[in-house]
Amino acid sequence: MIAASLRILARGVFVAVTLGASLHSTHLAAESLDYRLEPRRIADDTWVLIGKTEDFSRSNGGNIVNTAFVVTTDGVVVVDSGPSRLYAEQLRRAIARITPKPVIRVFNTHHHPDHFLGNQVFADVPTAALATTISGQRQEGVAFVDNVYRLSGDWIKGTESTPARETVGAGVTAIGNHEFELIALSGHTEGDLVLFDRSTGVLFAGDLVFYNRAPTTPHATMAQWFAALDRLDAISYRMLVPGHGDPVSDRRAVEQTRRYLRWVERALREAAERGDEMAEVLGLAVPAEFSAIPLSREEFARSVAHLYRRYEAGTLGRPQ
Amino acid sequence: MLRLRGVLGVAAACLIAAGNALAAMGDDPLQSPQWTDLKDRYLGTAKVVFDPRVAVSGPKVAEDSMNVPVGIRITGLPDVRRVLVIADLNPIVKVLEFSSKGAMPSLHFRMKLQQGSPVRAMAQTADGVWHVGGIWIDASGGGCTAPSVGRSSANWTETLGQVQSRVWQGEAQSRVKLSIMHPMDTGLAPGIPAFYIERLSLQDASGKEWMTIDTFEPVSENPVFSFDFKGSPPAGLTLVGRDNNGNRISARVAQ
Repeated sequence: MIAASLRILARGVFVAVTLGASLHSTHLAAESLDYRLEPRRIADDTWVLIGKTEDFSRSNGGNIVNTAFVVTTDGVVVVDSGPSRLYAEQLRRAIARITPKPVIRVFNTHHHPDHFLGNQVFADVPTAALATTISGQRQEGVAFVDNVYRLSGDWIKGTESTPARETVGAGVTAIGNHEFELIALSGHTEGDLVLFDRSTGVLFAGDLVFYNRAPTTPHATMAQWFAALDRLDAISYRMLVPGHGDPVSDRRAVEQTRRYLRWVERALREAAERGDEMAEVLGLAVPAEFSAIPLSREEFARSVAHLYRRYEAGTLGRPQ
Repeated sequence: MLRLRGVLGVAAACLIAAGNALAAMGDDPLQSPQWTDLKDRYLGTAKVVFDPRVAVSGPKVAEDSMNVPVGIRITGLPDVRRVLVIADLNPIVKVLEFSSKGAMPSLHFRMKLQQGSPVRAMAQTADGVWHVGGIWIDASGGGCTAPSVGRSSANWTETLGQVQSRVWQGEAQSRVKLSIMHPMDTGLAPGIPAFYIERLSLQDASGKEWMTIDTFEPVSENPVFSFDFKGSPPAGLTLVGRDNNGNRISARVAQ
């Protein structure tokens, strides 16, 4: 009886505190649920919207991701639709401020929530992704919305997981006066679509490349990711747009991603070979080279949860 | 004005509720509203002290609430008889209880967390006093009410109870790490009854016990445990155990 009443009391405190907090944030939000999207022109016909190099929060509303669009003579091609319904609505308004041309195509680079939860705003437009990406969106999309709502609150209101409707594979496709090479890779997730605009030399790398923001690994396969980065190095691009962080005109973003992932892989493998336990691995020092990169400490801890058991399994003896 | 009054009302409700909860928290460094109740339930009237020699390690945030790594390390506290591990806000509070009879008083394992919660180790010394350490681990939840992953594979019964192990020999101490194939079903996932390992014991060739663990539903599926020994582990170390359905576990620890 005492236990039950204490539990109710505990829940009461929680509800009261969160209710207070949410009233407060709604009051603020009425004035400020504005992602302040400012397209930045990086090449002919090509704009990017640079997200913050942060994790999902109630202050950034999930604007932690890069989206982009290319204005072709036939209409606008959008690369990734952002983390929420609200974001994609504001993205469409931002596009309309640049060009009167309609959006005619949306590509999702992969199935992570910050890259496709704006799809529902493009119900009038073909939305396309790799088959593995669409399958990931179908399997995990609903859970992603719950999680993003938990992390970012009101910004996510009304967002529904809307998987891409059209399957694309590797190949070259002309849209208006632009020729896009679609490159089907994997490693960050099971399906990572890279778009290379041959007309401008801009490479949209999705989350295969992070720049000055630590890479995330919840669906990563390291060997495939390294192979994908090698493939990107073989492309002569003029500008690379990473999934997170500033666009660059040289190889440094690919190289930073590669060096970081190599460190993660080596750190986890060596720890497993030493017999370290997961709780001990969490405490490993992040090398100076990466410690200034935003979220490197947090993402390394997440990577331990995602990947360590794979390395550990190989160090134990035969089953008996 | 109306809104202002609403906000003030909530603020007042917060203060009253917080005041009541504060009384229940007592001197708990983790400020858990459950603590006084749990202390009475698990430790009775024995003396209880919060003691930094009982160190609990783990992530600040549980990225995978089905596999939250936890380390218990007790140093400089003599005559530890048994150690209880609890998670205050889990639907099943008791995680495991261990007794290091010759092994060092430390243990690593992984557990399920249903929501953010204190995770505590409570070590009882020979004089009956409980020494308590703990950390707060935040979690998005669902770790206890989801079905085990292995249930989705048809052949989980073939590997049930299989053990993999290894010994790492350091200069002053050694570590035994082992994994056991078992679904560790909590009974909280719809339609799946509780099915979990209840008891594990590390024994040497003569049958002497070096470590015993009573495990409960919150221990992770296919559990992994690490034990530390001063010097080398005893020769002929064997893991013996059973689950709540009477299945036996028995395996020689790989040397």
